[in-house]
Amino acid sequence: MVELIAKSACEGLLPLSIGSVTAEEPEYAVMTSLSAFADPSALDAALSKAHGLELPLPGQSTSKGGLRCLWFGRDSVMLIGVAPDPALVEHGAVVDQSDAWARVTLSGAGAVDVLARLVPVDLRAAVFRLGQTARTQLGHMQASITRTAPDGFEIMVFRSMAGSLVHDLKRAMAAVSMRG
Amino acid sequence: MRISGKGMVDRSKPVTFRFDGVPYGGFAGDTVASALLANGVTLMGRSFKYHRPRGVLSAGSEEPNALITVGTGAQQEPNVRATQVEIHDGLSARSQNAWPTLDFDVMAVNDLAAPFLGAGFYYKTFMWPRRFWESIYEPVIRKAAGLGALSGQSNGDTYEKAFGFCDLLVIGAGPAGLMAALTAAQGGADVILADEDSLMGGRLNADSAGVAEQAGSDWAASIVAQLAAMENVRLMPRTTVTGVYDGGTFGALERVNQHHGARSGGAALECFWRITARRSVLAAGAIERPVAFRNNDRPGIMTAGAVRAYVNRWGVAPGKRVAVFCNNDDAHQTARDLEAVGLHVVAVIDSRADAVVEDFDGQVFAGAQVCNAGGRKALESITLRTAGGREETLQVDCLAMSGGWNPTVNLTCHLNGRPAWREDIHAFVPTEGAVPGMAAAGACAGVFSTAGCLADGVKAGKAALQALGRKPVDVDLPAAEDAPYRIAPLWAVAGGGRAWLDFQNDVTVKDVSQAAVENFKSVEHMKRYTTQGMATDQGKNSNVAALAVLADATGRGIPETGTTTFRPPYVPVAIAALGAGSQGHGFAPERWTTSHFRSVEMGAPMIEAGLWYRPSYFPRAGEQTWRESCDREVGYVRNSVGVCDVSTLGKIDIQGPDAAKLLDFVYTNMFSTLKVGRVRYGLMLREDGHVMDDGTCARLGAQHYLMTTTTAAAGAVMRHLEFVTQCLRPDWQVTFTSVTEQWAQFAIAGPQARVLVNEVLDVPIDGESWPFMACGAVTLGGIGGRLFRISFSGEHAYELAVPARFGAALFDELAKRSQALGGGPYGMEALNVLRIEKGFITHAEIEGRTTAFDVGMGRMISAKKDCIGKTMAARPGLVDVNRPQMVGLKPVDAQAKLTAGAHLFDAGVETIRENYQGHVSSVGYSPDLGRMIGLGFVRRGPERMGEVIHLVDRMRGVETEVEICGTVFLDPEGERVRG
Repeated sequence: MVELIAKSACEGLLPLSIGSVTAEEPEYAVMTSLSAFADPSALDAALSKAHGLELPLPGQSTSKGGLRCLWFGRDSVMLIGVAPDPALVEHGAVVDQSDAWARVTLSGAGAVDVLARLVPVDLRAAVFRLGQTARTQLGHMQASITRTAPDGFEIMVFRSMAGSLVHDLKRAMAAVSMRG
Repeated sequence: MRISGKGMVDRSKPVTFRFDGVPYGGFAGDTVASALLANGVTLMGRSFKYHRPRGVLSAGSEEPNALITVGTGAQQEPNVRATQVEIHDGLSARSQNAWPTLDFDVMAVNDLAAPFLGAGFYYKTFMWPRRFWESIYEPVIRKAAGLGALSGQSNGDTYEKAFGFCDLLVIGAGPAGLMAALTAAQGGADVILADEDSLMGGRLNADSAGVAEQAGSDWAASIVAQLAAMENVRLMPRTTVTGVYDGGTFGALERVNQHHGARSGGAALECFWRITARRSVLAAGAIERPVAFRNNDRPGIMTAGAVRAYVNRWGVAPGKRVAVFCNNDDAHQTARDLEAVGLHVVAVIDSRADAVVEDFDGQVFAGAQVCNAGGRKALESITLRTAGGREETLQVDCLAMSGGWNPTVNLTCHLNGRPAWREDIHAFVPTEGAVPGMAAAGACAGVFSTAGCLADGVKAGKAALQALGRKPVDVDLPAAEDAPYRIAPLWAVAGGGRAWLDFQNDVTVKDVSQAAVENFKSVEHMKRYTTQGMATDQGKNSNVAALAVLADATGRGIPETGTTTFRPPYVPVAIAALGAGSQGHGFAPERWTTSHFRSVEMGAPMIEAGLWYRPSYFPRAGEQTWRESCDREVGYVRNSVGVCDVSTLGKIDIQGPDAAKLLDFVYTNMFSTLKVGRVRYGLMLREDGHVMDDGTCARLGAQHYLMTTTTAAAGAVMRHLEFVTQCLRPDWQVTFTSVTEQWAQFAIAGPQARVLVNEVLDVPIDGESWPFMACGAVTLGGIGGRLFRISFSGEHAYELAVPARFGAALFDELAKRSQALGGGPYGMEALNVLRIEKGFITHAEIEGRTTAFDVGMGRMISAKKDCIGKTMAARPGLVDVNRPQMVGLKPVDAQAKLTAGAHLFDAGVETIRENYQGHVSSVGYSPDLGRMIGLGFVRRGPERMGEVIHLVDRMRGVETEVEICGTVFLDPEGERVRG
């Protein structure tokens, strides 16, 4: 029997701290893409019943305890932190995405300034509030960005682009720190 | 010469810099222009065409003359304005467009040839012989013209790009901009205040007028400090808003580190901002216009406002004997300011007969005009013509001239708005609504008194608050001068000789008149014929005067003549700033497979496949060429077992009650009949009937499929599916999710494939449980994976997928265990040879112009159902037997070389386009056959088996005879794959 050792997407690349900003890779979490086949209300009800979470509206996320559900695009949400209840498959596609995305948390006073070098959407605290999420670009990569704290963001890009993500973040972090 | 006790430079911080190699002293706060003037240097550049000696004309970003090159080697930056470059220790600046020296410039002979070099002379002179243009005329002209040059070396400096967002963007921090920002900020709006100067305050720093009973500069500093302390305000000094774009977006160039020369550790020299603002206030001020008279380009002749700026802000005397020449009251202040600091004002020459210069005791010539200037490298004298027509010469070394002020309307025209002419101030002002959400305030809206600007700023700030849905706030208006702006137009002084309009492009009054004479009467035609306004300053100083001269020459009014179009960027922007971050690894994201690091460690050269990086081959010690490695790896698959990372292929998870319908619709062949646990090859067409992509599709459950795409077309297929489900069949209940990144997938191919697979699976498989084209779930050390028995090599083969976090570990296991079985990992080169030997297609064959018919898969378009592209694929032209169709190709001489991209001709026929019979799409060396083989397309190919045809590759100098053969070179019965 083989023994396969898991390797995270950003292993060897993170953590990284420059100036007041730190980029880290969070612990592995089960992530599942949920998409209703038709009317999302049945999926919403099933999700509430099974995990106590509502389906988030576009640009929003919902959370309960350590569980979160992020809006992830048209007719698609990402359930994070729990294996999906088998009952969910009745109401839509349930697709494992735990390994598909490189996840990075960016925190610190300058985090928003770092992202302002890479992300073309308005991330000011008054506009992009706690729990809000966006599917957008980070540099040339398509990304999911969520505000997880007043000075904290969670970033996801395709797993294969982890190196480019860290490359771009590192450069932006250096640029922000050089501004003093 | 410095004026003691005057100016805002920090005299406790002396700075040394070099200009043309000579060290000069200045103070912190100086620009190169102010510091050179303080050192008595007035000659700062040579003009573009005539190489005339030039000095500084202005004190801002509109400067046309004092253009310099900063830095050396790879870091040198040409054509920067000496009026904007802040001096710092170590700064090295050079003059441009002069050889051998600025003082003695050989090309100044052009000036003597001026009678022949007027407007349009290129077009008239270099007409013949025609072939001389490209080889002789243009290179010579290019060499002679132009200003500074780039080094031609790659520059390692850092630039950045950033995005900014605000409720209100205020452009310009003069009295109007400061008040607009303050008003809006006090009302709670998020404000960005951008100003291109290092010191905010605008004309308040350049003029002596006070505000709120203190010096204007002190008041400005106090407001800036107040704004800086507010959390909802971002001050952006040294930031020029360069362009206005749709939806309230603005481009802005920030000079981040140039002023102290820091370049190391990631410090960006410049940052290009894209700012999105709900509202904007343009408070860009106004630019003073020169008056055109003979030799008005002598070093020492400046705008009157610039002279005041040098005196008041930098404490520099631009000359010892100064005259003022103007057509408006505003310039009189220059005479008063100069007198106040003890400089000798020789005379004020005002073109208006009724002019009265208040609070000035010196000589005044009312109704007089300056008609010539003497001195070559420095102004020595001016000649004036009095109201009575008498000419008089005055000895002066500086002339402050003013033809009035032009509101800086540029940004309001970037969305195609046209400015409106105001007769009372003889200037263009912005048209309201030219840019949605933008209000112009202060001097750029034609309000020229300090009090007027302050009030206009408050008004604009309040209007912005209201538009943003915020409560207006009361702001106290400080007291300030409110002098009326009195002006009578004077564009050009009559008389012979050359009178400059556009200093940077050397365009004179005569050139504009000549354009009109030659019927280039539209302002846009005049601009292109004379090149007026086409230099890097975009004619900021000269546009209005030039069109006034044109209006005069054509007998029209100025509003009828109109202006040329202002376009972004407002100031030159380095391409390095626009492209910031895109050098090297920032050019495009790099997609790495889970086996990437191990592959690189094994010495595999990586090749790009879209954004992915894949190993070409895995070299072994002793191998001299890639071919040796490739042949060995092909041997693994044919004789034992090879392992290849195929994770880059697109994988799309498709689910829902209508999943089968979707697949039947997008694939040419049937998928609704596919059994669960089985895989089928599928071909996909575009709407136009050509092949879009191919791949396998596995049925994982009754309503659950897994589609694979080629690496290159993964994104395109996703987009296609979005189109089909959103636009064509939104009624279908089906979802699809990319799982390309979720699964690391490895091809395991060769006679020993099953042995290797069983070494890593928890439960072994056999031929019965996993026949050819079977698929299903497996476990590896308790980890759930997927196994597909599919083959792209014609061998007994599998693809094994595990969640990507286990990919690296699985690749290591497979590599190690395959080596123990006499095989090993193989790369793209071997993969390509293996598939060519079997006649399997890739995008080298389905390159967008080929049909299913062309690749021999016409019968895969099912007759039992409709599919995308079916009707269009049936068009006669797409199933014409004369079309080049796919065949195999092998050289007649076994040693001969085949090249992909070569063209095919009938033997003995001239190899010209009209005789084209086809081309070669893929080639490789088959170690099994001991020769090169290829796939290609030949007219009526399938009918011509065995025929010898001529291959020509002119690019690589290859010519050989090839035999047309079947596409399957190896195991035509397909016994191995089922073995």
